[in-house]
Amino acid sequence: MAAIEINGLSKDYPVGFWRKRPKRVLDNLSLNVKDGEVFGFLGHNGAGKTTTLKLLTGLIFPTEGTAQIHGQPIGSPKAFQNIGYLPENPYFYDYLTADELLDYFSRFFPMTPGQRRERCKTVLEQAGLTEFRNVALRKFSKGMLQRIGIAQAVLHNPDIVLLDEPMSGLDPVGRRDVRNLILQLKSAGKTVFFSTHILSDAEALCDRVAILHRGRLVGVGQIAELLKRQSGLEVVVESCPAALLPRLQSLADAPLTVSGSHHRMEIPEENVAQLLGLCASNSIRLLSLNPLRFSLEDYFIELLRSNDQQPEPATKANAS
Amino acid sequence: MIVAQTLAIARNTFREAVRDKVLYNLVAFAVIMTASALLFGEISIGIQKSILINIGLSSISVFGLLIAIFLGIGLVYKEVDKRSLYALLSKPVHRWQFIVGKFLGLNLTLLVNTLFMSLGLWASMYYLTRGFQPEDIHIWTAIYFVLLELFLITAVCLFFSCFSTPILSAIFTFLIYIVGNSASDVRDFGKLTENATLEWLATLVYYLLPNFSDFSAAGLVSHGLPVPGHLVLLNTSYALCYSGILVIAAVWIFSRRDLK
Repeated sequence: MAAIEINGLSKDYPVGFWRKRPKRVLDNLSLNVKDGEVFGFLGHNGAGKTTTLKLLTGLIFPTEGTAQIHGQPIGSPKAFQNIGYLPENPYFYDYLTADELLDYFSRFFPMTPGQRRERCKTVLEQAGLTEFRNVALRKFSKGMLQRIGIAQAVLHNPDIVLLDEPMSGLDPVGRRDVRNLILQLKSAGKTVFFSTHILSDAEALCDRVAILHRGRLVGVGQIAELLKRQSGLEVVVESCPAALLPRLQSLADAPLTVSGSHHRMEIPEENVAQLLGLCASNSIRLLSLNPLRFSLEDYFIELLRSNDQQPEPATKANAS
Repeated sequence: MIVAQTLAIARNTFREAVRDKVLYNLVAFAVIMTASALLFGEISIGIQKSILINIGLSSISVFGLLIAIFLGIGLVYKEVDKRSLYALLSKPVHRWQFIVGKFLGLNLTLLVNTLFMSLGLWASMYYLTRGFQPEDIHIWTAIYFVLLELFLITAVCLFFSCFSTPILSAIFTFLIYIVGNSASDVRDFGKLTENATLEWLATLVYYLLPNFSDFSAAGLVSHGLPVPGHLVLLNTSYALCYSGILVIAAVWIFSRRDLK
């Protein structure tokens, strides 16, 4: 059974002041998140990431589609027992101390007073906030608020943790702390589903990612697999006769670049043998042959560019 | 478990109010008003106690009203606006529990606040007459009526807070309070017009809006007169039913609302 199973989830919001029209912000999203994986949900601002997380936590209601958390429909009490949620830019009751906040939230789970105290102590330690337990949250920095946010999300030891932009607005130290917390959750066997637009974080942490663009899912898979599709080699050759340049070009993915007597090109892996043959038989000097490193960012930008021409998603009202 | 969860929300609402500086200011004002009542009582020869009770009960009612409106209008709106309830509602808690917990929490605040002000009034009465008369006990019935009125106002605020901004909620609640205090006059006005439509409208307003005019017993108790038992029963049932309906309506609206 998948940890999170999303089937055709869509969400329309009414827009306009007098004559309200529906606008589709999430369109027919289907996705499975496996148990124990760290799953990154990528997309630029307004792509529909927060909407998806709010649908999963029952804060908003779907226009179409369904979703299950460990087989339980979203919004059901059993589904809530299994998830922990950190909202985007969390705001907690700032008149409470860290200890009071955790004690308050712990009262919503079936725990004895002793268990409550123990869990609050444990998660405060995990979040590195033990020494600030009696400090009012209004005195917390953004990074500390994010950490207390994660602490409240894992308070009841849920199997699935949903984090909405957990690294957003943090300084490098804060980001490192949150990354470490996510890695701790992964090593504890938790399923972590987090949205982000910081691709380096996703690349460092995620087993799989999904990319959302204008409310639509445009890519999903393991990072290594996604990048493999983009792999290739960078080649630099010297002393290539002008007559052979068209043949050299036919092996490359992109136009050759010339710098003095050097020619630089990017070729797919399957053309390497032909290139080496061409160089050997025509005395072309091969200066370098290096694997190309495509980042998740390159993949992301290319994917979004290729999907930019797609029309706006149709709303339920428009479709019917 | 459900009761414990709802009470946890109520307790947190109470704690927020207690840690809110506005509440402290209002309590301080209440103390000042009670002291003023004491002063007025001393300079009015012969009717000191009656004036003291009247001013004391009015102060309790006005300060309670201010607290109920200022805290009530933000009860749900503030949590949605600041997104502090996102973390809460992702826990195994129903939305109705949030609404009921908030309602109970503010009422607990009003109860404690009214109790302290009432003790202030009681102490002032003792200071004025150096003792208590048997009929002084009746002021507790009048204070009970003030509390019922405040519970009703809290329910009105909570209802508006579920779908409206604090400013609009405050305006609506205040207007309802004013109209509700002159509900009988509105109905009488309808009869005087001799216009069937206007009379029907005035009667509708009379029955639809909460009737606050029956909650004032200051006139009776300031003259040492008891409040009739049937009025206590009627006001209690009315306040419970009316606020119950408003809380159910608030739950209905809030349960269907997308928290964008």
